[in-house]
Amino acid sequence: MSVGTIWVLAEAAEGGVASITNEMLAKARQLSDDVVAVFGGDGAAIAEQVGAHGAGSVLATGDLGGALPGPSIAGAMAAAIAGGAAPAAILIGTTYSGRDVAGRLSVKLDAPVITNIVDLADEGGLVGTEPIFGGASNVKTKFTSDKPGIFLIRPKSFEAEATGGGAAAVNALEVPDLGATGTAVVTNSFVEASEGPKLDEAAVVVSGGRGLGESDKYELIESLASKLGAAPGASRAIVDAGWVPYSYQVGQTGKVVKPDVYIAAGISGATQHLVGMKGSKTIIAINKDAEAPIFGVADLGIVGDVHKVLPQLLEALAARG
Amino acid sequence: MVEFHSPAAWEIGHKGRKLTAMKVAVCVKQIPDPADPGALDEATKCLKRDTKLILDESDSYGVEMALQLVDAAGGGEVVLISMAPNSEVNGLRTALAMGADQAILVSDDALAGSDALGTAKVLAAAIQRAEPDLVLAATESSDGYTGTVPEQIAEIMGLPSVTFAKSIVAADGSVNVQRQTEAGYDDVTCPLPCLVSVTAGVVEPRYPSFKGIMAAKSKPVDEVTIADLGIDAGSVGWAGAGQEIVAVEEAPAREAGEIIEDDGEAYQRIVSFLDELKVI
Repeated sequence: MSVGTIWVLAEAAEGGVASITNEMLAKARQLSDDVVAVFGGDGAAIAEQVGAHGAGSVLATGDLGGALPGPSIAGAMAAAIAGGAAPAAILIGTTYSGRDVAGRLSVKLDAPVITNIVDLADEGGLVGTEPIFGGASNVKTKFTSDKPGIFLIRPKSFEAEATGGGAAAVNALEVPDLGATGTAVVTNSFVEASEGPKLDEAAVVVSGGRGLGESDKYELIESLASKLGAAPGASRAIVDAGWVPYSYQVGQTGKVVKPDVYIAAGISGATQHLVGMKGSKTIIAINKDAEAPIFGVADLGIVGDVHKVLPQLLEALAARG
Repeated sequence: MVEFHSPAAWEIGHKGRKLTAMKVAVCVKQIPDPADPGALDEATKCLKRDTKLILDESDSYGVEMALQLVDAAGGGEVVLISMAPNSEVNGLRTALAMGADQAILVSDDALAGSDALGTAKVLAAAIQRAEPDLVLAATESSDGYTGTVPEQIAEIMGLPSVTFAKSIVAADGSVNVQRQTEAGYDDVTCPLPCLVSVTAGVVEPRYPSFKGIMAAKSKPVDEVTIADLGIDAGSVGWAGAGQEIVAVEEAPAREAGEIIEDDGEAYQRIVSFLDELKVI
């Protein structure tokens, strides 16, 4: 059952490693007996957590001293491979830093990246599945060279189950001299305050789109979200229009969400959006265009005006207390 | 590695103020109209591109950002870089009409089937011809959305980079960028020359004026082949892809749901549905 060593890029998040890291570790250990977490930071800080999720060891660069992590991690990985390390596959999350690592590493190894992967299988070599046209079709792709296969994995593709393993052994990963490519430096980090549950972790998500008509009407989405204990989300159209910040965006660009209940109000369901929410357990859509693609994925679809339906809904929910 | 001229070489004087002109290269992709549903060619498993291509909306933000940066620097030039089949210039004309000064278009039959890495090699070589201070790109295209090309270009050119920029300010030979993060944003400083990828929606792309549209018709588009760029055909296109599509399958469709027309009471069905789901 083993395809050889698999490296998983570990990323830090509030309170440990990011959920995408644990998701990829879970998949990696189904495919390989030798799973190594690669981390741009202090390995000891994550050894217990990645060990519990199936990593046998951690290759860690140590503190990166404020450098943007992508070039350092990619440089360190490439140097290790040049020095004899031979991972069969490198799993990297489709995150801000993950894409930097994948792009830089791809050039250093002169090897392609297979992107937007939602499933991986061993079919005499690893084959990645990428949904296209908003998930209407799946493309399965494999590498044709014997170089390490770089896969960019979409969040929420795999269940992040712990194995109960002990702390992973920490080994040093040296960052080589990066020349000019390593000169971008983070001088300050800002956390945008957000109330309520996080968009990609919430059990219920309420999203609004262009059908709301004007930015003031996004209040309807926030009110409904607050009433349901849900996270408010948005289609790319209204993020591009500047109604809400980019961090609200659900879709191909933006967050992938898989809540128990997803409510789409005034969203037509462009491919861009469907990709980010199609995996939701139950989908409720309100849109005045009966032909809107969002109804193709909705469990309950209301063909109607969000400006009428949402206020009525809010009133009815308020009356229930 | 690519040798760049020093940004300081662009310093010019104007009415007693010392201004630094800036040359910005913007990668733009010309794509099939996203309003038309796409399709894969049966034989090649590539996206069909048999209709007229348009400027990827994602790239209009980079073009706008470049125009604003050149404006803020007090002068300079915006050069578009594009790779497209059949000498396509339709999307380039849109960006030229917005105000870009000129374009370099790589069009070559050998590029069919190129993956992201092959595309990055070609774009990097084309950018090198422009010798810019700053390279801008969108974070990803709206049709292929691999999202790796900007960083691959930076690595090929030996440049530092900042991806997912919400804002860019250029000063004193470097850029200060607000970079999107999971939790908020980071302030990042990066010396020029460098590459920055721009998040959609961070600036308001201008509409081309009539004058701009007329002027765009006579702006220079330098069309080159991969041989002109010194690129070996074996490293791009199908030959260079290094990956193989083994299957294209229909995804299982979601079961059809309950669709109702709002008669003024449909909200009650949502309430009862949420009740059944135990959300309320």
